[in-house]
Parts: sequence; C-alpha cells; structure tokens
Amino acid sequence: MSRIVHKFTRTVPQWQPRVTPVDLQEATEEQLDALSVTPSNTKVSAYVLTLAHDVESLKVRSPLFNAIMYDPGGMSRAERELGAIGASMVNRCIYCAAVHADRHAKLEKDTSVTDELFAKGEKADLSPRNRAIFDFARKLSESPVAADEADMATLREAGLNDEEILDLILSTALFGWANRLMHVLGDPVREEVPA
Amino acid sequence: MTIFDTTTLSAAGITAGSAPGAAAETRANIIEATQAAEDAVLTPKDAGAFPHALRAALAARIANEAGENDLAERYLAGAGDMAGLADPSQDGEEEGLAHVVAFADKAANHTRDILAEDISKLQAAGVDDADIVRLCELVAFVAYQLRVVAGLRLMKGAAA
Repeated sequence: MSRIVHKFTRTVPQWQPRVTPVDLQEATEEQLDALSVTPSNTKVSAYVLTLAHDVESLKVRSPLFNAIMYDPGGMSRAERELGAIGASMVNRCIYCAAVHADRHAKLEKDTSVTDELFAKGEKADLSPRNRAIFDFARKLSESPVAADEADMATLREAGLNDEEILDLILSTALFGWANRLMHVLGDPVREEVPA
Repeated sequence: MTIFDTTTLSAAGITAGSAPGAAAETRANIIEATQAAEDAVLTPKDAGAFPHALRAALAARIANEAGENDLAERYLAGAGDMAGLADPSQDGEEEGLAHVVAFADKAANHTRDILAEDISKLQAAGVDDADIVRLCELVAFVAYQLRVVAGLRLMKGAAA
C-alpha cells in the first residue's frame, strides 16, 4: 500500500501518475528518440513516460530545463535551486520541493536553509541574500504575479547582478512549468512499511 | 531572427544594448529554446484534441488573467474563431469546452488546489490521457513564459 505525502520533506517520495503513461513496448520511434531509449538504456521514469504523450514538448523541454538549472555562469546552482523551491512551495508541489530541497542541501552541504523553509515557510530566518532570492521566487510564482519594483530593488541591494537576477527569474519560472506537470498529473507517494 | 525578435523578449520590451538585453544575450540558448518550446505547445505537428486556434486562445486567456496583456495580444493573433475564449469571463460553454476551460483556469491560477478528481473529471468528459498531458504542457508553458516576461519587465524598470 502507498499513501500520498502532504507535507514538505527532503526525503524524495515516489511519483504516481494520475493518467496512464506511455507503454515503452508500444512507443513510437519519435517517443523512443525523445526518451533517449537505447538498447543499453531502457530505464525511464513514470514521469517521463507520462510526458511522452506530448513528445514535441518533451523533446524541447529537457535541454531547456538542463540549461536553466545547470549551465555555467550567472547565479550559483544552489541559488537556482532556491528559486525552484520557492515556486514549488507556492504551488505545493511536494515532489518538486523534495527533489530540489535535497539538491540544495547537498550542494550547500547544509540542511539548515531548507529545514528552516519547510518549518516556517515565508517566515523562515534566512540570510539577507537568501531572503531576497526566496521572497522574489515566491512572489513571482503567485497567480497573478506579486513581485514588484520593490522586490527587484531588494535583489539588487542584496548584491545580485543582472545575470544572476535573470537566472533567478528563469529558474523560478521554470518551476511554474514543472510544478504544473508534476503536481497536476500525479501524486507524491510513499510505500507503507508493513508492521 | 535574433533573440530580440522572440516572443519572450519582445513581449517584455527588452532590446539589444539595454542592461537586461545584455544579460539575455549571455543566455541566448535559453531564450531560443524557450521559443522552440512555445512553438511546440502552440503549433505542434500533432495537435491532438486541441487545434492551434484553441491553444492560442487558451494561452491568451491565461496571459490576460495574469495581466500580461502584451503577451496575450501576441498569442491572440493565432486564435481565429476561438478568440472569444481569451476573455477570462467566458466559460467555454458555447464552444462545448467548459470542462477544458475550467481545468485550464484552475491548473494555471490555482495550481496548489488541483486534485486527482480534476483529472478524472476530464477523463469522464472524454478527454484521453495523451490530450490531458498536452493540455497540461500548454498551460504549464504559458505559466512559465508569462513569469519570464513579468520578471524581465521588472528588470527593465529597475535598470531605467
């Protein structure tokens, strides 16, 4: 038996689709290509198999995702993760928040920032720079967008330059996208350990 | 076509030579990939149950609801006879698309409140699983693009 996870956690749950994913045995050439399935690589997650229903989007989204989160230069990888976490907390995407909080903690070799965020949300006690980054990410993720000129000024006062601010906008907005797939198309679940 | 001709930078009013424009040039690959993603959700070869005009109308609707009127206008250009749905006060009943419109609105604007039953309602209305994924990709991409545009506009304001 598995149960749905409702609380923010750094322990990454499993993801259970609400629709039937593409069956790898019945996938088209185009789907196999987008899934990067080769004879030596046949392991594909349920999430990616679900997205393979829209193969044209999947194909362009993966390189875009990797560029925004991992390309060198600009804002640090850990700070981009903070943008992702801000979006995922607003949209309550438990799965995305877990994956990216775990990544943040590993990059920083420190769990205190994500502990604080999951315990206190927007009232978390953060450094001025993390505070400015998290608040901007949170407000950019609201519907409608709540970030304003004052939030932009706070980012600059915290020392972010234009390249870093652009990376923050991109990583936060990217999770506006990812959350609307992960949180909408499936549930974060954990196997119940039999007593 | 330069990155300054893409929907994202032109809707945000970012020009070459400006400070945000210079930052965007360092991420030209991302701006180009964003345009490719836009093309994949708005005008895919395999549109499934959602013709290009309907996709454009729903995108414009989400941008309008978010107050991103310049971006909405650009989407609306492709909306044809579906343009009425770009008005957030229209519920899609007339077009027989009330279930699609209600879902798109909730996924775009109240993401955190989406439940498993929102998906099962679409399935019960005859939307197949591949089309549910297509609809989510469209809504999710627009949610991304409108936030990039909103953020860039704030950058531009701060640089002025």
